[in-house]
Amino acid sequence: MKLNKGSLFALFAVLELAGNADRQLSTTDIAEKYGISTHHLAKVMRNLVHSGLVQAVRGVGGGYRFAGNVGRTTLLDVIQLFEKLESELDMPNHGNPAGEPIVAELRSITEEIDDLTKAILDTITLETALKNTRLRKEAAMAPAGKG
Amino acid sequence: MAIKDPILIRNAVPTDLDAIIAIDDVGPKEEKPAYWRGIFAHYGSGEKKERIFLVAESGGEIVGFIAGEVRAWEFGSSPCGWVFALAVSPKSRGAGIAKRMFEEICRRLKGAGVTTVRTMVDRNNKVTLSFFRSRGLRSGRYIELERELD
Repeated sequence: MKLNKGSLFALFAVLELAGNADRQLSTTDIAEKYGISTHHLAKVMRNLVHSGLVQAVRGVGGGYRFAGNVGRTTLLDVIQLFEKLESELDMPNHGNPAGEPIVAELRSITEEIDDLTKAILDTITLETALKNTRLRKEAAMAPAGKG
Repeated sequence: MAIKDPILIRNAVPTDLDAIIAIDDVGPKEEKPAYWRGIFAHYGSGEKKERIFLVAESGGEIVGFIAGEVRAWEFGSSPCGWVFALAVSPKSRGAGIAKRMFEEICRRLKGAGVTTVRTMVDRNNKVTLSFFRSRGLRSGRYIELERELD
């Protein structure tokens, strides 16, 4: 699976905002943390605001804050704002029916993969992802040999 | 939702069966009594630490259940704990009951000597899948395969 930049930047932004619910963050804050384009991220943020997941805060010191439900919003909810997650067989349309059975089989396999991918992403909430993030951080900070 | 009464997680007993059947929302209704009597006969005594059947009780009422066991060398896997049934009464959801039951069954499975817990959930059952994800479960190393028998 390869996420497009929009989806990836959106996940960075939403997880960062949801994990800092008591603060508002600017596009620059998020872009600098993840080493991504501020310009591209700004477009992503507009889409997130439009979706209702993120709220723009105007005025001095303005920025963004998470406006969704961290326990109900899944990674798939975010990704599907930017892409369909449907694999495509990149092949010429030669129109020769002789090859159709193999093409159909390969298409069936990619559909199976897509279904599994969506099922996984649709059951990981932002809350779960953030919890796992905290656990990773704690594990990284633990003394060597502990656990 | 808030539950006023303390939640007690304990072994299932025969008098719990009617409540368990009522909470269970999977499968044909007419098949449930025999199914759950069979499950209780196998798991419900509490005598074998490898077989676990727990209920959550609140205010004298059964509000949830969970069942599991240790399975050894099934599909070539080292012994591990399986949770094969979990349900909470709809009116009692959102109060952490499933979490409490799952923590208790994990504690007992660990006491039975295993270090892994496993389950299987329909991919369309988003609520239950999300619950297990929230408890730290991730895709395992085994892939489930099936076909229709014509």
